Amino acid sequence: MNQPEHVKTTNQTQGIVRGGETLKAHRDRIMADTRQSRHYAGLETLELRDKHPILYNKLFSRLRAGVVDARETAKRIAASPIVEQEGELCFTLYNAAGDSILTSTGIIIHVGTMGAAIKYMIENDWESNPGVNDKDIFCNNDSLIGNVHPCDIHTIVPIFHQGELIGWVGGVTHVIDTGAVGPGSMATGQVQRFGDGYSITCRKVGADDTLFRDWLHESQRMVRTTRYWMLDERTRVAGCHMIRQLVEDVIAEEGIDAYWKFAYEAVEHGRIGLQNRIKAMTIPGKYRQVGFVDVPYDHEDVRVPSDFAKVDTIMHAPSEMTIRPDGTWKLDFEGASRWGWHTYNAHQVSFTSGIWVMMTQTLIPSEMINDGAAYGTEFRLPKGTWMNPDDRRVAFSYSWHFLVSSWTALWRGLSRSYFGRGYLEEVNAGNANTSNWLQGGGFNQYDEIHAVNSFECAANGIGASAYADGLSHAAAIWNPEGDMGDMEIWELAEPLIYLGRQIKASSGGSGKYRGGCGWESLRLVWNAKDWSMFFMGNGHISSDWGLMGGYPAASGYRFAAHDTNLEQLIAEGKPIPLGGDIDPGNPVYESLIPDAKIKRDKQAITTEEMYKDYDLYLNTMKGGPGFGDPLDRDPHSVVADLEGGYVLPRFADSIYGVVVRENSDGFYTLDEAATTARRQEIRKQRLERAVPTREWMAHERQKIIDKRASTQVQQMFAASFKLGPRFYADFKAFWELPDEWELNEEEIGIPHYGSRYHMDLSELPDVHTVQFVEE
Amino acid sequence: MSYPRNKIADLVDGTIDRDTLHRMQSTPKDPERFETYRAILQERVPWEDHIILPLGPKLYIVQEKDTHHWVVKSEAGHVFCDYRENWKLHAVVHVRDTQEALDEVYPKLMAPSAGWQTIREYYCPLSGDLLDVEAPTEWYPVIHDFEPDIEAFYEQWLRLPVPERA
Repeated sequence: MNQPEHVKTTNQTQGIVRGGETLKAHRDRIMADTRQSRHYAGLETLELRDKHPILYNKLFSRLRAGVVDARETAKRIAASPIVEQEGELCFTLYNAAGDSILTSTGIIIHVGTMGAAIKYMIENDWESNPGVNDKDIFCNNDSLIGNVHPCDIHTIVPIFHQGELIGWVGGVTHVIDTGAVGPGSMATGQVQRFGDGYSITCRKVGADDTLFRDWLHESQRMVRTTRYWMLDERTRVAGCHMIRQLVEDVIAEEGIDAYWKFAYEAVEHGRIGLQNRIKAMTIPGKYRQVGFVDVPYDHEDVRVPSDFAKVDTIMHAPSEMTIRPDGTWKLDFEGASRWGWHTYNAHQVSFTSGIWVMMTQTLIPSEMINDGAAYGTEFRLPKGTWMNPDDRRVAFSYSWHFLVSSWTALWRGLSRSYFGRGYLEEVNAGNANTSNWLQGGGFNQYDEIHAVNSFECAANGIGASAYADGLSHAAAIWNPEGDMGDMEIWELAEPLIYLGRQIKASSGGSGKYRGGCGWESLRLVWNAKDWSMFFMGNGHISSDWGLMGGYPAASGYRFAAHDTNLEQLIAEGKPIPLGGDIDPGNPVYESLIPDAKIKRDKQAITTEEMYKDYDLYLNTMKGGPGFGDPLDRDPHSVVADLEGGYVLPRFADSIYGVVVRENSDGFYTLDEAATTARRQEIRKQRLERAVPTREWMAHERQKIIDKRASTQVQQMFAASFKLGPRFYADFKAFWELPDEWELNEEEIGIPHYGSRYHMDLSELPDVHTVQFVEE
Repeated sequence: MSYPRNKIADLVDGTIDRDTLHRMQSTPKDPERFETYRAILQERVPWEDHIILPLGPKLYIVQEKDTHHWVVKSEAGHVFCDYRENWKLHAVVHVRDTQEALDEVYPKLMAPSAGWQTIREYYCPLSGDLLDVEAPTEWYPVIHDFEPDIEAFYEQWLRLPVPERA
């Protein structure tokens, strides 16, 4: 078999990579060949795949099955329900340049993030110090170099063959606590990286397949949930070693040359595959969409250490997707808002790599998920934005707050093309904002220091399609295998008893096809000591718009009850709150616990609040957005929604125009004639209340000139104008604003630390950051 | 894999059987889908202009029968504008920017908050059909969400003749 020119091994320098290159020289050459030829590693032909297709596919199938098997096997080691129940782990195989070849199922956003860690080690000469040797173990969770958030812990193991490095394997688990200011894996109380918890930068934590004792002693005392931490690490190490053994076995049987070629051709194969799928499924052109999410920090229940963080702001992610006639594409996020003093910032790698998680659920639903798709996509993320911060102080703990909300807009763009081509089966109005996150900690029912992050929101509603409703209480964008988990397991893991689990009526966006509904669980604090919890989700903003006439998914709220007197009520056998908070406008819980201190409002983000036994916490999960005009919904589907608890009765009439009669048995009878008339009436009402768009624009323009808008809206625009000059120019042109009109953060009257003074990680001595996108 | 015309019609009607749906989602796409789909939609609209590209369940880019202009047109027959313009600027709109108006669409506490988000409902001026819903902040420009490259789509991707454009 001939060796492809561009991935030939060389002996030009004395390094550890197969053939004698250093890691840095190897990656530089691969990147130079990629840039020059526009094919990954300069592979203009795929020799192994084309000349030996059976061997190529055999290698792929065996390796892919092996990494999936490693995940399924290793996760049984974990004690954390996040890993063992929810599947919050992933293993990925990389070539010597740190580009992923293939990955397991699970949290596949880390295809890119672990690769970014490997590339950071390569670019910063880990090869000479601390050295990269066979049987070494590295650990990373540094969000400043590409990780999503500190609770995703990477274990990275180099793979050697006959004394030369031929690749890497990475394993990641989402741990339940990282020792942040607040308990739980995605805490809200801190506003800078220094409060985000334990941060590890590609540290060598083991040699000769053995973890160092100093690492074990240090790391376990840096987090609250020691046992979960240690067993999660054993999970990752075991999976990595299973995959390393698999690679050794494959090489023993098929030869190193075949494996080496496969390790590069697979990436180019992935790049070509994306391009072909774009041409097969979409329409060339420009697509524009936008996402928002609320950061409501000017509230008494958001207790953060810094006054300058106590502001209400809105995160903003406009996107322009350009699909060219040759099947290439570009995603440009011009106009995105600045990073902020909260934990919702994201690194460019987690932002872009996470988009592949989404794309594997739509554009590239393939087993061959690797860095090829990344090489086939041009990203532009302006420096200084929340998805590409320019300050090394930023916190990342709950980057998902806006990641999910910014990506959901991309569904709409892609779905316009699917709809235009007739591939209605692929249309998806969007994903849900995957929240609420029930988090907290203290001493648990086993009298141990503990932290919790209920992953129930791994099962949200999903967006409607163009042929059917979205699935209810089903999945999460970030883990395609999401699961709400078993109540019995959560009750073992958390000192919180279930008083109910129920579908959340009217949480899915209305439409001809409605968004899938979320759900809710009511938890009673029981056997906890010195306990605190907080809420984490969207409240003031619904980040998930509908499509083509469908409405956005509902937004969130919080309900908590303290001093409930439930102990006495239970002892007396009296009614207590059970089941869901069916209609929050007509609450039932309060009537059963009239003396309780209730928090029921739109403040869906809080920091640690004290709870004691018999207090209540409502965990509400979001629905997905809707598709099409609700008046075109089959009236019988609305009847089924009423009977199934998916929509509140008053919306059957007001939104869907469906007239029903409730029977004594709880079922409903449709009045078809009255429904037809009601729908005509609603259409008439719509036209009566509507105005020509340009007439409304004239009023809105005057509001802009007068600068009449809430502080948070003005702050969002001012931050976006500064970082996105094209967005600013387009805004002024659209509204035909006078030349002298401008809006700066300085004039709004709230603190704006970070808007002018900032310092990037790359400004530190001896640090070479890796740039993955156009900035 | 290709599908009988009646299966494509079932997909449009939301009555597709699960087995066919699964094949559609899990096997390579059928390149001839567009022509079948377009023809099914053409039969159903109440006017004779040639559909060039569907933009939504009740919205199309069409070639006007008499003039051959490419325009955006609703199912009810309203002509909004040239296909390169943003049709929403030529629609009628109802903007929900008060809490009372937002609470009409969602259960209390489950609607967006006024001052943070608005809901803009764009209707067909003839029928009152709801064609699109935007949910941005105040001040946000009306989004021109799709500018298709129709010539490249027809000629280079589908190998179909491009409809004449006046």
